[in-house]
Formats: sequence, C-alpha cells, structure tokens
Amino acid sequence: MEALKKRFVYLFTSTRGLALVAIAAVALVTAIWGTLSGPMVEWGVRDITVKVLGMDLSQADREGRIIMLYHTIAMTILAIEVYFITDIVPMKRNEQVMINGIITIGYLTSLIFGLLFAYFGHNYAYHGLFLLGQSLVFFSGILLAAALWPWKKEYYLPEGSPYARTKKGVDWERVAFFTMAVATLLSATWGAVTGSFWANGHETFLAEDLIRHPIHTSLQKAIIGHLHIMLSLVGVAITLIVGRWLDFKGKLHHWAMPIMTLGIIVLTAGALSIVWVEWAHTIIYAGAVPVMLPALFFVIYSWDKLIKEGTADIEKPTFFQKLGALLRDPLKFGTGWQMVFMNFNVSGVGIFMAVRLEQIFRVWPAREERITLTGHWHILAALIATIILFYFADLSGLKGKVRKWFGWTLIITSDIAFGSATIFSMKRLFVDEFSQQPLVNTTMLLIDFGLGIILVLAALFLGWRLYDLFLKNGRWSDEYKNEMKVNAEAELEQQKQKMEELKATLEEISK
Amino acid sequence: MRRITLSLIFITLIGTACQSAPNISAITPPYVDTGVDPDSWSTVPAGEFPLGQESHPTMIGYDFQIMVTDVTVSQYAEYLNSALASGDINFGEFTEEAGEEIWSEEGVGGYYPGDPFQDAHHEEEVKAGDHLYVPFSEGVRLTRDGEIYTAIPEYANHPMTMVTWFGANAYCKFYGGRLPLELEWEKAARGTEIVGEDGLAFPWGEEIHGNNANFYSSFDLFEKMFGKLGNTTPVGFYNGQTYSVDGHVYETLDSASPYGLYDMAGNDWQWLGDDYPDQHYRYMRGGSFYSYEVDLRVWKENNAGPQFYSPQIGFRCVQNEVK
Repeated sequence: MEALKKRFVYLFTSTRGLALVAIAAVALVTAIWGTLSGPMVEWGVRDITVKVLGMDLSQADREGRIIMLYHTIAMTILAIEVYFITDIVPMKRNEQVMINGIITIGYLTSLIFGLLFAYFGHNYAYHGLFLLGQSLVFFSGILLAAALWPWKKEYYLPEGSPYARTKKGVDWERVAFFTMAVATLLSATWGAVTGSFWANGHETFLAEDLIRHPIHTSLQKAIIGHLHIMLSLVGVAITLIVGRWLDFKGKLHHWAMPIMTLGIIVLTAGALSIVWVEWAHTIIYAGAVPVMLPALFFVIYSWDKLIKEGTADIEKPTFFQKLGALLRDPLKFGTGWQMVFMNFNVSGVGIFMAVRLEQIFRVWPAREERITLTGHWHILAALIATIILFYFADLSGLKGKVRKWFGWTLIITSDIAFGSATIFSMKRLFVDEFSQQPLVNTTMLLIDFGLGIILVLAALFLGWRLYDLFLKNGRWSDEYKNEMKVNAEAELEQQKQKMEELKATLEEISK
Repeated sequence: MRRITLSLIFITLIGTACQSAPNISAITPPYVDTGVDPDSWSTVPAGEFPLGQESHPTMIGYDFQIMVTDVTVSQYAEYLNSALASGDINFGEFTEEAGEEIWSEEGVGGYYPGDPFQDAHHEEEVKAGDHLYVPFSEGVRLTRDGEIYTAIPEYANHPMTMVTWFGANAYCKFYGGRLPLELEWEKAARGTEIVGEDGLAFPWGEEIHGNNANFYSSFDLFEKMFGKLGNTTPVGFYNGQTYSVDGHVYETLDSASPYGLYDMAGNDWQWLGDDYPDQHYRYMRGGSFYSYEVDLRVWKENNAGPQFYSPQIGFRCVQNEVK
C-alpha cells in the first residue's frame, strides 16, 4: 500500500510525474484515435477499434467530434507546459501545488468526459463535465497568471544580472511568461464565448472548410482567431520554457524578452481583432515578426553555447570540431533545429504560396488549398510536441547512447515525416493530377514511416518509464526524492521569510 | 551491422515507393458495361428536404429533372461534334486570367456572356468572351481527327472529366438544360428521409463501404488493377452488380440515391450552376476517386475557378420541365 501511495504521490505531485502522466495520456489518445484516420482506415484497423470500444461515429457529428478531440489533447498539452512553467519560474510552493492540482483535475476531466461524449454516444452529463474540466484548466490559468505577476519585489533581478531586466529590476522573462499566460486566458474566452452560442445561432465547423466563403459571421471569425492564436501561444510557451532549460541569457536575451512580450501582445490583438477589424491580418504580420525573432535569438544563443561548451578544452577549434560539438547532444541541438526546420515547413510554405497566390487561391480547388492549410498547422503542432519530448527526455535523465539514439531518431524521422507532408501538401505546384501517383505514394509512405517511428519511439520511452515505476528504487524514486528535497528547501526558505516578516511586524508594533 | 540493416530497410521502403506507379493518364482500363443508361433522367418532386450537415428543413417549390448519371465521355464527344458543326464552339488558343496572371491554353471552347462583378475581396471578374471548355492535353479521354471527336472506347461510359465549368455549362445549355444548383443537387442526392434527427449522409444511407462508391483507397475494381489512387469508374458502376473483369471479380452495392441517381457520392466532383455574389468560384459536390470518404458526404462542397479542369471533375445537367 505504501509503495502504491509513494508512486501515486510521485505521479500526481511531482513535475516529472505529472508531465509523465499527461504525456502518457496524450500518447494513449493518439494511439487509439490515430487508428480512426489515415492508413489505419485503409488497413481496416478503424473498424476494429470502433467495434471493440463500441464507438458511435455518426457522420453528421464528425466535425464536432474532431473539435472535441483537439480540445482534449490541447488541454493536456497546456497542462504539460504549465507543469514545466511552475517548475522553472520562481513562485511560492503553495501556488505551484494549487495550480498543478487544479489543472490536473481539469485536463483529466475534460479529456475523459470529452472523449466519452464525442465518441461514445451523446450523454450531455459528459458534455457538462467536459466543460467543467476546461473551466478548471482556465481557473488554473488565472492562478498561474497571478503567480507569475512580474512586479513582486522578491522576483526582481539584481543589477548586472545576465538576464533581461528593466531599469527597476523587473524580470523581462517573467513579464513574457505573464503576458503569454494572460493572452492565453483572453484567447480562451474567444472560444468559450463563441461556444456558448453553439446550437443557438452558431453551428459546428472546421475553419479549413470555410476558407473561401466571402462572408464569415462574427462567431466564425472569433473561432478562427481563437484557434490560430492558441496554437501560436502554445508555441510561445514552449519557446520560453526551453529558453529557461538552456539558460538563455546575455545580450540576445536582453533583446529577446522585451521583443517577445511586444510580439505576444500585438499577435494576440491581431488574431482576436479579426472579429471586427478588416485589416487584422496586417496586425498579425506585425506581431508574428517580434514573436519569431526572439526564437531566432534563442537558436543562435543555444547553438553558440553548445559549440563553446563542446570545444572548451580545444584552443583553436576547427569548423568540424565546432560542428561536432554542436551535434553532440541531439536533445539540446534538436530543440533549436526543430524551430529552424519549422520555417521550411510552415513559414516557407506560406511565402511560397504567396508567390503563387493568384493561381492557388483564385483558380485551384478549395480542397488543394485546404490540404496545405491543415498540413501546415498539423506540422506546427507536431513540431511543438517533439520539442516537449526533447525537454522531457532530458528531465528524465536520458544519457549516453540512449540519449543520442532517442534524440537523433526523433529529429530525423520527424523531419522526414514533416518534410514529406510539406511536399505532399504543395504537390500541385510541381506535378499535375494525372501524374501525381508516384509522388503521392512516396510522400505518404515517408509520412507514415516517420510518424510510425516517432510513435514507436514514444512507446519505448513511455514503456521504459512504466517499467521503471515497478522498480523499488527506480529513476522515479530518485526524481521523487530530489523533488521532495527541492520543495522542502523552498518551503523552508519561504517559512524563514515569513518568520522574518512576522518578527518585523511585531517589532514595529512594540516600538 | 545494425545501422546497415536499418539503412537497407529504409532504402528498400523508399525504393518500393518510388517504383513507377501507373498514373491515370497511362491507364487504359477494360470497357465495363454497367447496364445503366446515361441518357435517362429522374424527376425530383417539389417539397421540403433536410439541407446541410445540420439538416435544416428547406423547401424547393418546383419539380425538376436531373440526369441519372454524370455526362459521359461519349455524350460529350457527341456534343462537341454537334456544336463544332453548328459553329457554337471552335478550336483555338484561349486566354484565361486570375489576378495579374494571364495564360493561354489550346483546346476547344466557346462564348460565355460573363458574370456580374461586385469587386469583392478575392473576387475575380469572369469576363464575357471565349473561354476554354476542354484543353488539348494529357488526360482528356477523347481522340480528335480533324474536327471529329471520338471517345476513347474503353472510357466511353466513364464520366466526362477535364472539362472546365464553362464547358460543363455550355453542354447543358446546348441541350436546353442547365447545371444543377447546390440546393437541387443536395436534394437529388439525399432525398427527404430523416433518420433520427438527420437526413441521409450518403445517397444510400448513413454508412459507407468500399463497395458503395469510388473514393480514395476504396479498393474498387480499378484500384485493384492499377493502384491505390485508382481512376474513374464507368457511370452507374455501383448498382449492385458483380463484375468479372480480366480475372478480377468485384461485387458492388446498389448505391443509388432515393431518386435513383448514381455516383452522387464519389467517382468525380460535379460542377454546379450557382453564381454566388462576391465571388467567382464555382462550386462542386459529390467527392471523387481522389477524395477521402468524409468528402463524399452529401453536404460537403468544393470549389474552383470556372477555368479549372481536372481528371476528377465532371458534371450532370438538370431541366426545369418535367417530361
């Protein structure tokens, strides 16, 4: 019983345990729900899944089901990012416990009951619980924003700090985290308010199906703004998180954090104002640049750091020695690399399409445009997921050859899959319909191969973590002890501060 | 050794995929007689029907007739020959434009009087003048000898594809009809039946199987013969018959719509007649052999510029007068 309790405490109170549970939940959902589309349908696996689990897949409800599935996964990803944030950004222990506890109950409630409602008959009690879960996630977001409040004196940075700070000492990185949290809350309300009109003037839709409609209702625009900015903010959050992980600091950090803060504000304002501002896209472009620029600064900093650390014992390193140092740790290198690669797959596609705008958007079928649109944001979401995996693998203490194999396999196979998906989505630019079959066959195979290996890799990693949980003194036990120690020290420090404050108050009164 | 093995597996997989897969322009399938008459029409009576994904009750206050199948290659060849003879259409180089891009294509085409232009955001003006109907290009299932068009025999009863909206519209007009409107098409496809709270998702019901329609990876007869992306099937193919062709036996389900129409889901997208304000796009319904099954649901739409043509887009006509 004691053994079970210890493991339960590890899984549901420590950062690593909580993240492990959430990653396992996403992996499980992906593994099961992934069988409902793509090649799994062709191989007949979908029919088996539907029959074995007793799913109810009404044709008219498909779009609604997908939206709920996205939301359940999104809530879980948000929870993972929040666990990382409460771990790396200084805050009070009770704040961390409260935020993590509420978001855990929230995402699990929305995940379980959202999927039950969407895929197993429409029991509206489950729908209510799905909404309750999301509300709890939102509430934990409010607590997070409060905990991240940057203008608390105890979080000010001293003069000469290598991290970005204002003249008064306010931590710019904390400001960026705070702004991101507030922007996320605001953006969530756009979705929530629109959702409240569901079946009352608002009908379920997938944004990619409406792209060419000349007139969109305000509710449709609100959803389109909401979904774009939420994914962008998830990307911003992971960029800030890995910045902490790789100890982003110095001159580039001083530039990056104020620019990032500005970018978050402008980008969010642009995406949300799409409801009533005709030229919202211009605001979005203006916001996207200052969001992407800090990411570029981070990549430059982190790669430079890897090279310097890796060649510290060489007096005059050659180009190849520098390259070797850069590529030595695939987890740390891969984090920046995936951000660079994103530009080929997402930003590059956008620019390329803009060049062929007249043909693509004015003549080609909407379905071709839809493939490109859905392709680019699926790739963006999946790239973010790989960066989360890099970070979590590092937190889990992967070392030596396993670390290299894990990291490089993840980089290479994901890039093969995403690169192929990009080529597939843009195929009409270089091959016509009646000659496309060889290209389609090749790219589809590479996508399936890449994604399949990633899933196998994730399964092996999670299998190892599961096996470890059965060991009396496994890695989980060390992580648990270490986290307990850190938390105890933090609480002790807080108690000391509180004592000092109380003493000062008493002295003040007795004067 | 392990690295070499993994590399070999990877190279083999890529190599397998890169093998010369047949493309549809290179395929000449055997002629398959479906027994369905492409000259037949069906009457859709006036009345209410469930519209769209949310099945909104919608009224069409008149009867109309619609073709039981798509226009076939053979029918279109006959039209081209008649229209060329009467001087309604001509061979030549046709100039099309989109935004600032202007290009020319050789083919057969004719006059279109243009559309009202509102100059809305992203709207392109569809100008009066000669427009391309069918290009002289790979993928057209017609042969041309001087001014006489002939359907490639094996494709004679397949839907006419590689035809622009202008070409589809002209065909229907030539015979005193027109392209169906979206509302008409959907009613003809799904009928009026309500199951639970919803209208039919597919012309034959709620569920779709590979033997119902020709869609991506539906394992139809031609996919079995030529590969995954497949090809169009002859019109009316999914009528419950079992076909035996070149040693391949294929059983179909009778997948007619409530009004007896075939191929209202899959095989090829069908051009529609609506000219909506503030846009130049022409809409299509039905899904094609390239489409995933979800795009075969009766309410799913697609659209393209009227000058677009493709091996997966065809059409059928309607007439207001019930014969």
